[in-house]
Amino acid sequence: MMRCFLPLLFLFLAPGLFAAAPIEDITFADAEQQARYDKLIAELRCPKCLNSNLAGSDAPIAASLRTEIREQLAEGRSDDEIIEFMTARYGDFVLYRPRLTAGTAALWFGPLVLLAVGFIVLRRMLVTARAQREDDLSPEEMQKLQTLLNDKDAR
Amino acid sequence: MSNRAKLFIPAAFFLVMLGLLLFGLGKGRDPNHVPSALTNRPLPEFTRQALFDPNGTVSSEQLRGGIFLVNFWGTWCAPCHYEHPYLVEISEREPDITFVGVNVSADYPGEPERARDFLDERGNPFKISLIDDDGSLGIDFGVTGAPETFVIDSSGTIRYRHVGVIDNDVWAETFEPLLAQIR
Repeated sequence: MMRCFLPLLFLFLAPGLFAAAPIEDITFADAEQQARYDKLIAELRCPKCLNSNLAGSDAPIAASLRTEIREQLAEGRSDDEIIEFMTARYGDFVLYRPRLTAGTAALWFGPLVLLAVGFIVLRRMLVTARAQREDDLSPEEMQKLQTLLNDKDAR
Repeated sequence: MSNRAKLFIPAAFFLVMLGLLLFGLGKGRDPNHVPSALTNRPLPEFTRQALFDPNGTVSSEQLRGGIFLVNFWGTWCAPCHYEHPYLVEISEREPDITFVGVNVSADYPGEPERARDFLDERGNPFKISLIDDDGSLGIDFGVTGAPETFVIDSSGTIRYRHVGVIDNDVWAETFEPLLAQIR
């Protein structure tokens, strides 16, 4: 059983060993340019495949855009200029890190607002809980209760 | 707020979420729809080689003073084959619209030759045909695949971007109302 299982397992796992994202033979002028390229293709979304970035997409358009970005980097364009180039053609849609505008304010600050609301609710719950604890029996009442219980035990 | 009213907060929250869900799944909403950045913007400037005349070029200057339909296509694209007879038919029916064919030949060696044969054989709806040999024209138009079709009005402004095939239904539902508006 095991003898049959192991090669099978290897067969299933093997593609994972070779499945790097699209393979392109790329050379950069320097490491800094490579780092900027890697950052840009990670942060820009593939306009065709919607839920992957340029780095992880096999779509022809993603390959073309990667080439375009490499060329623009080689020409010495700044990251902002390249992002401007992309959004002029494909819209804010291609930005995985949306710009802060009136329309995206909810995206940026919504989680903070929700967190604040959560804290307020939590605080109110704690205050109510403490108030309830203060409603507990006074020492005299405690003593009375104890007497009652003892009475019951005695009986 | 009374305690009794507070009990309804989760229910109200649930109803709001349900409403958003139904809105998101609603009819006529295409989750793959990507808004076009170029709608209502001027046509990008370009000069590219003509498809049929090896020495000729086509430039954006030629796309002025009328209504143009710019169609990105390739013989390698199966939906373009499906769309082609409709384009031929519509171009004959609408003689005042100039159909412009952009043959996407980047990464497809020999494509311009195949495109010429294809149009000679099956009819040519395009009055103007050009070659996008490095994909850069497609990028300037914000094209994500083929076929894609752009409507240019007489002031040289992109009025509409259509992703996917055009057939008689799409033409009647989407293009005709728009054309009636810009004619």
